[in-house]
This record gives sequence, structure tokens and C-alpha cells, in this order.
Amino acid sequence: MKTLHIEEAGLLTTVQDGGRYGYQDKGVPVSGAMDTAALKLGNALLGNPPDAAALEISMGGFRARFLAHASFAVTGFDPQAYLNDHPVPSWTAWAAEPGDVLELRAGSSGIWHYVCLAGGLDVPLVLGSRSTYLRGRFGGLDGRALRRGDVLATGSRQRVAPKRLPEALRPPYRDHPTIRVILGPQEDAFVPESIHAFLSAPYHVTPRSDRMGMMLDGPRLRHRRSADIISEGLAFGAIQVPGQGLPFVLLADRPTTGGYAKIATVFSLDLPLLVQTAPGRLVRFQSLSLLEARELYLKHLFAFRRFLERHERGGDAYS
Amino acid sequence: MSLFPRFRHCGETALSVELGEGIDMDVNRRVHALHGALKRRPLAGILSMNPTYRSLFIHYDPALCSFERLMLTVQELLEEGGDAGNDLASCVDIPVCYGGELGPDLPDVAAFHGLTEDEVVRRHTAATYHVYMIGFTPGFPYLGGLDGRIATPRKKTPRPKVPAGSVGIAEKQTGIYPIESPGGWQIIGRTPLKLFDVHRDPPFLVEAGMQVRFYAISREEYEDLAY
Repeated sequence: MKTLHIEEAGLLTTVQDGGRYGYQDKGVPVSGAMDTAALKLGNALLGNPPDAAALEISMGGFRARFLAHASFAVTGFDPQAYLNDHPVPSWTAWAAEPGDVLELRAGSSGIWHYVCLAGGLDVPLVLGSRSTYLRGRFGGLDGRALRRGDVLATGSRQRVAPKRLPEALRPPYRDHPTIRVILGPQEDAFVPESIHAFLSAPYHVTPRSDRMGMMLDGPRLRHRRSADIISEGLAFGAIQVPGQGLPFVLLADRPTTGGYAKIATVFSLDLPLLVQTAPGRLVRFQSLSLLEARELYLKHLFAFRRFLERHERGGDAYS
Repeated sequence: MSLFPRFRHCGETALSVELGEGIDMDVNRRVHALHGALKRRPLAGILSMNPTYRSLFIHYDPALCSFERLMLTVQELLEEGGDAGNDLASCVDIPVCYGGELGPDLPDVAAFHGLTEDEVVRRHTAATYHVYMIGFTPGFPYLGGLDGRIATPRKKTPRPKVPAGSVGIAEKQTGIYPIESPGGWQIIGRTPLKLFDVHRDPPFLVEAGMQVRFYAISREEYEDLAY
């Protein structure tokens, strides 16, 4: 069903889902949404599977016209969303009529915003995912960013009743966040003073940041011997430190392998906060143990599941 | 007690299992054997695996699989042993048009070693290579077994665009660029074969653990095969 006609695509708008897992042994990057929480929660509001494909919009400047009745939700850090020039609340399932115009304007705090649609975006599955991998020119809509005139279809699905996501379930975005990390896998490659510096001084997010990774500027970290390791797999949020000593965080479009020592890995619940931090802003890192990380992750997951179950029973979504 | 396997946690969602210290054929075979064993006996919660030179990277969902469970399973599979890696040791022959505009760095590589271009090609095609791992871009094979007498350092300034199919040398490794990408390897030739084609089934020509051999073809043969 043709649902959305793109009138302005903005700086960078792509189709992304939960990521292309299972082909990393063949060198295929995972890709997927940068802010996976915003994607999953937006989908949950619409009754979609959590990893359904949505539009990922960078820095606003986006306008699209609905071609059919649809339910949608806009999520992310402070998206400036308007429906027919009226502000539309984010983190909320909302209804649109044919002819309605949805805009995401510039000026928000965050970087990545999501327009999730009931039924999910219907583009072909490529290696098990609908995510766009720009460098490989596949996935999403013909492997490219969206442009004016594109028409997107959604899977068939009934409209859903308006509902809002409780504040407690949204990521606690901040302009200058403190990001929890689990040290390793190669913290032993760094001198102790550098681990201390990494966990105490703030780092600037630099403009050299994109879907592949985020380059940070701050205290330079020193390796005991060498920055190089034998190339190995990379996690979403792995913090590599090349020879010049500045950390580089690997994000959605990261390569599958890398050969620099990694001082730490970002705790998955804090990844949305990190990716949404704009260039020029500060981040601080705080150490979290592996066991604490797992406990917090599981607690969050159970809260999310309780929310989903309440919906499936038709309970009060506003509580 | 052996140092290996050594488990390195990469946050709460990934585990790297190291089976040895350096770049070593036997260590790499054990990595692929472990990967194969885990594929044959899948554990719920494993999202993806990535075998590399000396480690298996396992991405998992902590809600479905604890890292304790994962580590125990890995230990068990390693103790059961077996060279399950052998079933992947098939050999792929790859045609390459060496030199000229398709292999712009062949003269430099030859000059670096004081060899003729033909001698570099002869040495590059004489070896059987082991695919240690696939990484960097979709389908990029890291091949070990290069004749040490043509091992050449990377270019000082990487090229912003290396065409798909380019065959390169970097130190003691050789490899093939499956898609156009930036790269600093010495490009000595190009294959008309597509190492990765997302519209083909299967999309990948070469897999980790396999053997690869190169043979030289003329520019005419290259053009014929390229379509």
C-alpha cells in the first residue's frame, strides 16, 4: 500500500530496521537504526514487531505527504515534528489522513529521528534485513538515501488507537550525557593513567562522526606497547583507540572487523544517548561492571515487555 | 593450564573467544572449526558470529543466553575437538588480469623487490592461499600464504577509490576488494569475478576457511569474463 510521498528528504534520510545480523562472517556490516531504542519503542507504539523498518531522518529538513490513512509515531531526541503545520507530539501513535503533510524541522537537540509507520515500511529484504547500507549500495530503497519524489509503501495493517509511551520507558537523552561503558576487551593494552583519564575527563564529539562511527576529542590515551591488535570482530559501541590516542566509537555501519585496541564498549542502553550527542557537545564516560550491565539490561527489557503486554490486552496506554 | 580459550567480553552483548596469540594456520583452523560446531549446534540467543584470525566473535542477546552458558558451551565444543573446519576447505580458482591499468602498482611491487613484473605474477599465482577471515567490506578475503619475496608494505597514501575486483598486497597478506572502497593495498591486478553480488544466490564467492588460487588471464579474457 503506497503510504508516503517524500517532498523533502533533508540531509540524510534512509530506511533502517533492527539491523542485518547473521552475515558478519561474510564481512557484511550490521547497519540498522543508529538509535535502536527510538526504533523499537516507536514500532511498539504501533503494534509493529520491534525491528520493523522505519525512516531514519538526520537533522530535520524532512517533509512528506500521506497518500493513505496511516498511523505513525515520531521518536528520537527532541524531534520537531509537525502535521499540517501543527506540532505533533513525539513518542505517540498518531493518525494521518490522505493529504496530510508531516514535517520534521531542523533545530532539535538530537541527530537521529524516526518516523515509524503502522505495518512497517515495505522495501525488499536483502540478506534478511531492510536496512540501507549506503557504502555497499544495497538494502532500503535501492541502496540509497531517500530523495524528493520517492514513494514508500507500508505493510498492510489496521490503524492503531492513539497512545503515548510513558516517560520512564524513553531513553533519558541529555545534551551532555554521561555514558556508561564496560571496560575492555583490551583495557590491558592501555597504561593505567590513560584508563583513569578516559573515565574522568570529558570528551568533545567532533564533526567527524557519521553512521559508521563517532570521533571524540579530549585527553589522548596511551597504549602500553602498540595500538595494533590482530583484527577481530567489533560490537556496536566498541571504543577503538588508534595510535594518535583519540577514541573512536563504532556505530551502526561499522566494519565487521578492526585492528585497533579497544579500551571499552558502550553499555547498550546508553548507546541511544551517545549517538544522539551533537558535534561540539561533551560526553563523559563512567565504568559499569559486566554483571551490573546485564542486570540493568534485563530490568529494562522486562519493563518494556510489561508495556507491550498491557497494550496487547488493550489496557491504558497513558499510564 | 592453557591460556586458551581466553574469553574477552565486549560489553554485555558480545564475547570474543581467543584461541591463540598470533596469525597461525592451526589456530585459524580451530577458530573455523568452533564456528562450524556452533552453527551445527546453534545456541538460542546467538545473533551473529564472526570468525577472524585467531578469535571467534559472538554477538548474543543476554535475555536469551547468558555469557556463562555461552562460555560453557564453547568449552564443551572445544573439548569435543574434531577438525570440523575441513568441510570448508574447498578451493576456489580466481582469474586475474595482472598489471596495466587494472594493476597499477605491479611495477612498484616489482621494483621494490628488484624482480620483473612477470616474476611477481609467477610468485603470486604459484601459492595456494588460506582464507583466514572475511572483513572490512562485504566478502573481502584476508588471504595468508603470500610468498615472502613479494610481501610489500601498504601505500603511504591510501586511494580514495579502489575498484571492485582489485587484487592487492599488504605486507604478507593478499586480498581482493569485492566492492569499490577506499584502500591502501598495492593493487597488482583485477579479477572479472564478482566476489560479492547481493542479487546473486549465494552472494559470496569466497568464505573464511576456504583455499584460494589465482591464475593469470589476458586483458581480452578479462573483458570476456567481465560480462
